[in-house]
Amino acid sequence: MKSFLDRLGRLPWPLLIFLAALCVPWLGSRFATFLATDIAILALFAVSLNLLLGYTGLVSFGHAAYFGIGAYTCAILMKTYGVPFPLAFLASGGAAAAFAALFGFFCVRSTQIYFAMLTLAFAQIVWAICFKWNSVTGGEQGLSNVPYPDLSWTAKLPLLGDLKIGEQFYLLVLVLVALCFFVLRRIVHSPFGRILTAIRENPERAEFVGVNVRRYQLAAFSVAGLFAGLAGALFGLFNRGVFPDFTYWSKSAEVLIMVILGGVGHFWGPAVGAAALTLLNHQITSVTEYWPLVLGIVLIALLFGFPAGIVGSLHAGWVRLRDRRA
Amino acid sequence: MLEISNISKSFGGFAAVTGVSLTVERRQTVAIIGPNGAGKSTFFNLITGHLRPDTGQVRLSGRDITGMAPHRLCSMGMGRSFQRTNIFPQLTVFENVQAALLVHGGRGKDFWTPAANLYRAEAEALLADVGLLDKAAAEGRSLSHGNQKQLELAIALSGKPEILLLDEPTAGMSSNETHASIALLQRIATERSLTLLFTEHDMQAVFSIAQKIAVLHQGCLIAQGTPDEVRADPEVRRVYLGERH
Repeated sequence: MKSFLDRLGRLPWPLLIFLAALCVPWLGSRFATFLATDIAILALFAVSLNLLLGYTGLVSFGHAAYFGIGAYTCAILMKTYGVPFPLAFLASGGAAAAFAALFGFFCVRSTQIYFAMLTLAFAQIVWAICFKWNSVTGGEQGLSNVPYPDLSWTAKLPLLGDLKIGEQFYLLVLVLVALCFFVLRRIVHSPFGRILTAIRENPERAEFVGVNVRRYQLAAFSVAGLFAGLAGALFGLFNRGVFPDFTYWSKSAEVLIMVILGGVGHFWGPAVGAAALTLLNHQITSVTEYWPLVLGIVLIALLFGFPAGIVGSLHAGWVRLRDRRA
Repeated sequence: MLEISNISKSFGGFAAVTGVSLTVERRQTVAIIGPNGAGKSTFFNLITGHLRPDTGQVRLSGRDITGMAPHRLCSMGMGRSFQRTNIFPQLTVFENVQAALLVHGGRGKDFWTPAANLYRAEAEALLADVGLLDKAAAEGRSLSHGNQKQLELAIALSGKPEILLLDEPTAGMSSNETHASIALLQRIATERSLTLLFTEHDMQAVFSIAQKIAVLHQGCLIAQGTPDEVRADPEVRRVYLGERH
């Protein structure tokens, strides 16, 4: 039994889940593909935030700003200027990272709650600009009818020929998100990532082993912004439009909830949190209109009962089970 | 090695440190003693850049380091430990030391290489040196207080400092632990030719390893000299040692 549990724990879970997710367009309904696209994009958004929250120990209340900047950059480039998707996608990550570096420069000068408030303030500024700059962002109405990326070339590939455009887009999202996860995972396990965790654990000590704490925090903030921007670019295309809501504080709160729900202590925690929250949302809104009420109750139960989040609690349970068998 | 000239610091109207000058020679072991509230920790924080002095100057190997940021001091060969134990609690003992080695090795800009096995040999050598190798896989916070102090020492040593500043290295230790940790400090300082500046409340420890003792009282330096000179100083006997003996 012990060896079974050990073997279970050693399976390459992320790879298996990726392969399973690849099959959704063939095995599931159109709605399943729609949900899976939503989850994949939000999972990337949540994991990018966890680079700050879980790894660097920075609480950002304004992560939606970079998500929104990515979304708008990609949408404006593709719709207004006809830029092809690969370029627009990379540019949206670059724009989000640049703004994160600019705003972060001011934010990392404060700590804790002041840091969080500054991130929120900058996010609200971004929202106000998106909301008011009619000629570029479409103002309150946002930009609709953003074109899908040109995926006609996929028709030539085996198996993909008879997929609908939404399903082709889903596969594109899945591959891009998986690539981003691969890069983020390399980053958190790199020497840079190790120093970020040292800063989270004890900034004062970190400074006295020679770490320029602010500079590392700023780097982490920019990298997190970059990946949030990439997630945002995909989200805008997925919604066929971008709207000021993408950058509103409630979006920042939502992603924060995903991260905490899934568990800050694990790389995949926020991704699981994104899936759980999205599925819960769809399940519950189909039965009752009191989704915020249910969400509140779930959160309270979670914070008191499972403060380590879904993945943290599962992991602890699994370790206990394994040790008891041993 | 370290020259402190005439530094002062006051908080509001309270003069925490007043006109203190002290010189620490290379490879010398110097202790700062004084009753609680004498300004020892403030004095330390003035040297290590956590506080900026109102007046005066601190020079390390001839360079002015007054008020310089800690991470820069660190790269100039100064290591320090803190009065309240200061480690990375949720990293393993190995990772605690490894993180410091990564910084000193200039690997912080490396986003890509897996860190897990970098500097393993160096980290293990340091842990062996302070006697913690068998606990390398434990979380820092799970260690006993004495072991955490040893870990902190290993972190401070990972930058190959030339001068080590230790704020109450035996604070909160039992007398056995104090003994062991003073012996450890002495051995490491000799082996690595370190200059050592430390504050300490345990008199036995101070007189056993310090070559020079400076006595602070109400923010002023009232005496400095060899242990014998300090022990014989009438002013010191009156304000400090007299309270205990």
